[in-house]
Amino acid sequence: MRRLPRRIILSAIFFISALFIPLFPVSLTLYLAAYALVGWDILWKAFRYIARGNLFDENFLMSVATIGALLIGEYPEAVAVMLLYQIGEYFQDLAMDKSRESIAALMDIRPDSANLERDGLVVSVSPDTVSVGDVIVVKPGERIPLDGVVLEGNSMLDTSALTGESLPREVVTGGEVISGCINITGVLRVSVTKTYENSTVAKILELVEHAAENKTRSEAFITRFARVYTPIVCAAAVLLVAIPTLVFAQSFSMWLERALSFLVVSCPCALVISVPLTFFGGIGGASRNGILVKGSNYLELLAKTETVVFDKTGTLTEGIFHVTSIHPQTLPSEELLRLAATLEQYSTHPIAQSIRLHNQLPVNTDTLSHITDLQGYGLSAQYQGHQYLVGNTALMDKYNIELPYCHHLGVVVHLAEDGKYLGHIEISDEIKKSAAQAVAALAKAGVHKTVLLSGDRKDIADKTGKTLGIQEVYAELLPADKVEHVERILAEQKQGTLVFVGDGINDAPVLARADVGVAMGAFGSDAAVEAADIVLMDDDPRKLALAIRLARKTLAIARQNIVFALTVKALVLVLASAGLTELWMAVFADVGVSMIAILNAIRTLGSFNRKG
Amino acid sequence: MKKTFTISELDCAACANALETKLSTITGVTSAKINFFLKKLYLEADDAEFDFIMKRVRRAVDHAVPGATLK
Repeated sequence: MRRLPRRIILSAIFFISALFIPLFPVSLTLYLAAYALVGWDILWKAFRYIARGNLFDENFLMSVATIGALLIGEYPEAVAVMLLYQIGEYFQDLAMDKSRESIAALMDIRPDSANLERDGLVVSVSPDTVSVGDVIVVKPGERIPLDGVVLEGNSMLDTSALTGESLPREVVTGGEVISGCINITGVLRVSVTKTYENSTVAKILELVEHAAENKTRSEAFITRFARVYTPIVCAAAVLLVAIPTLVFAQSFSMWLERALSFLVVSCPCALVISVPLTFFGGIGGASRNGILVKGSNYLELLAKTETVVFDKTGTLTEGIFHVTSIHPQTLPSEELLRLAATLEQYSTHPIAQSIRLHNQLPVNTDTLSHITDLQGYGLSAQYQGHQYLVGNTALMDKYNIELPYCHHLGVVVHLAEDGKYLGHIEISDEIKKSAAQAVAALAKAGVHKTVLLSGDRKDIADKTGKTLGIQEVYAELLPADKVEHVERILAEQKQGTLVFVGDGINDAPVLARADVGVAMGAFGSDAAVEAADIVLMDDDPRKLALAIRLARKTLAIARQNIVFALTVKALVLVLASAGLTELWMAVFADVGVSMIAILNAIRTLGSFNRKG
Repeated sequence: MKKTFTISELDCAACANALETKLSTITGVTSAKINFFLKKLYLEADDAEFDFIMKRVRRAVDHAVPGATLK
């Protein structure tokens, strides 16, 4: 913590003693000494600014105001103003330091070193010198420096700095680890998959640092306001002296004293610092909760959310398919599943993966041949001398295979052998446990409309929507249809913004079309981070309502600061022209207001509860 | 070329705004962004005349914030 400079204390002592010494030459000397002691750096800075043709700088204005006061014989005023200004600046710097510290602490996810394995030894190196494929060792208590895959070891990871989630995540051999997490329990040997500059931690830091560049409307307003405010107030100060004295022949020193107050409050610092700081703090606070906001402007848009459009799979549902039932005609269930798993052995489709995962029996693919991928239907293949079809109802219809009537919710995979129906396997996706709460929290946060867009069958989507309490459901959509729906809703919207939430996979066009595109479950996925405006690091949809509340709070604080600073300054200007202020009040309106506004701004960082 | 600098003694937000505008107008500078809270300058400029551009950037920085240095 920086200390109040001694010269300021000394100057204050001189000033106070001067007030009690009636002998004028002595008190004058003390005043001047006090003034020089406390103000020399301001005067020097002002001089340097003038030398560079840079008027209207804060130092310059303070110098003019106090020298003006000295010239009209207001010695105590001049010293008091300079003293108060310096003390105010000191507290303002303290507040600023505090803010910078809080921001730095928040962004303290940067790893200092990596333990690199080299020629059988472990050496500590800077993370940015490690290459892809290198092996690093992460001990308990250490921060994972680079993204990678665990070669050896099991542990629990604290991901809270990235996701805001306090529950540790388990990681086992073969699992992926993300830089920035803290290794809690076991030693991990990790094969590095990304260089430092491409790692998650570097991406997050870059994103947060640059987020302040996308300015909000209030920030743009402040910048424009600041540009005209100082010259106008200075001009007004000149007129305030010139008109009464030249036109009405009134006392010069009286009007000069009033005009000096104008100069003191003519710096727009309180606004110029506190408003961007509010948004920067808001972005920082959000990132602490695992919400990455790519620009202050998105906070502004998010605060005005009217409609939230959800993608279904992976957003409100787990996005992981499970085999929920097996309905064979004649074969035992396990055999039907084994057959399906064999035929789907080489398919990368998530449904095929879930079938393979569910199958417990050994698979022999020796005679598997002639596999043809029938896009949108399924596949056909030859196996053990038979011709098989595996796929959806449309595939069965295409080959005129008669199906027994069976009503299921979920995806159904049928099997047929040489044109004869064998049975089907039902697969479904589970709704996330937190999804219903997430939708309810949005309604509570004042979101008028919730919409579900899904590529799934209508009955499945309808059921999901109904379970979760979503107002409108549109199903069986292709990616292009989703864009159309979003455009239609945008057109219907009166005011407010449309937020689209997807998992960041295959929905880049929709993310781009919405006012605010939110990608979730993006823990380590580059594609999603690229496409979205806001990224939710974990896959908890409740974070959206938290993000909206946080955005609203940030905006409210920014508005408070604008109103507070402008009101106080306007008040001082009005009172000063009426001769009702002292110079020190003007100093308070300048530095005091800045300090209060900074402290108010920094509330965006801390007070937000992390659990949402 | 993209480079990040720390501007010392950057303690006036209005100056930072003015400096940002000024730097953006320098020929050859494609983008100049200042993060006042981190005292950082993110500069993007043409590779060809980078040294020459940097001279002008330094001059502008000194003009806006007397005594400031770029690191």
